Amino acid sequence: MKPINLAEVQSELEKYINREVYLHLETTNGAYASHFNDKAYNVGAYIRNAKVTFNQAKIVGDGNSYRVGLKMELGWIYAEGLTDWEIYNSKLLLAGHDREGRLMVACQISDTPFS
Amino acid sequence: MEKHVVVIYPHPDDESFGCAGTITKFREQGVPVTYLCGTLGEMGRNMGSPAFANRETLPEIRKKELLAACKVLDIEVEMLGYRDKTIEFEDEKKVALHLKEILERIKPTLVITHYPGYAVHPDHNALGKAAIEAVRLMDEKTRPTVWAQAISKDYPDVLGKPDVVHDVADYMDKKIEAIFCHKSQAQGVLGQHRHLLKEDKSLQEITKERLGKEMFYIWKFA
Repeated sequence: MKPINLAEVQSELEKYINREVYLHLETTNGAYASHFNDKAYNVGAYIRNAKVTFNQAKIVGDGNSYRVGLKMELGWIYAEGLTDWEIYNSKLLLAGHDREGRLMVACQISDTPFS
Repeated sequence: MEKHVVVIYPHPDDESFGCAGTITKFREQGVPVTYLCGTLGEMGRNMGSPAFANRETLPEIRKKELLAACKVLDIEVEMLGYRDKTIEFEDEKKVALHLKEILERIKPTLVITHYPGYAVHPDHNALGKAAIEAVRLMDEKTRPTVWAQAISKDYPDVLGKPDVVHDVADYMDKKIEAIFCHKSQAQGVLGQHRHLLKEDKSLQEITKERLGKEMFYIWKFA
């Protein structure tokens, strides 16, 4: 993946507006967080292949880390801490990595289901 | 001597971090070893350091790493096709019967798996539980011995001294070689161990210090 370019990602996001798309949304700090650090908590959530339609899409950020908000008829899709992006097999992949390259958050959109 | 050893863990790299030394010892004695790998580690957060995988390429990359590690360890591997982080939500009985069917085909004399409840990762606990249930369901006269591996910090206090303690110093080169086949994972996993050490050490030294002993409990069936 490569560092997020705001204009490029914004234009990619807009391609999916008002279409039924598949969403992978995830955040994780790993299954070992509290094993290696007594004070840490294991926290994570993901949804894969949620069928959604959004009518607005926007990426905002300061050049290091970005947020994405996708507005749906009845709610929002939100991801924070995004740093990198890639088009992979015609799917838009957005992810946030820590300084060791570990994935912390992912927001991915596709016209076809994720495998 | 064992006739065939089956290792049942959920993730590509569990075999290398967990029991590569023990596996090597068995292989040197000419004992066949088969690894039943539960998932492809699809939801891992280590993407290489620096990151070279993404959420979608990770399974295929980890599959290749798994095959490379199994080649280094000179063992057979079968992938069970479950999905990372979801084993505990599967039907327990179904998973146990799936494993039982494979064990009845391979006919091992020893099964190595995780100690349910003391193996930290939910997949470890769930697959360990299913593996032990699979063996329990087998004919008592022919069923294999089970060695269960605990990982949690509290396990020695609760479970007492492990029954089997392998100092794998003699097999460390092989263990390190197997671990580093898992390129997307090795640095991230060993880096977490590094935080627990007082001084900065190479990943090889960390492996020797933190992973130099492989310990197991012999499961007692009621």
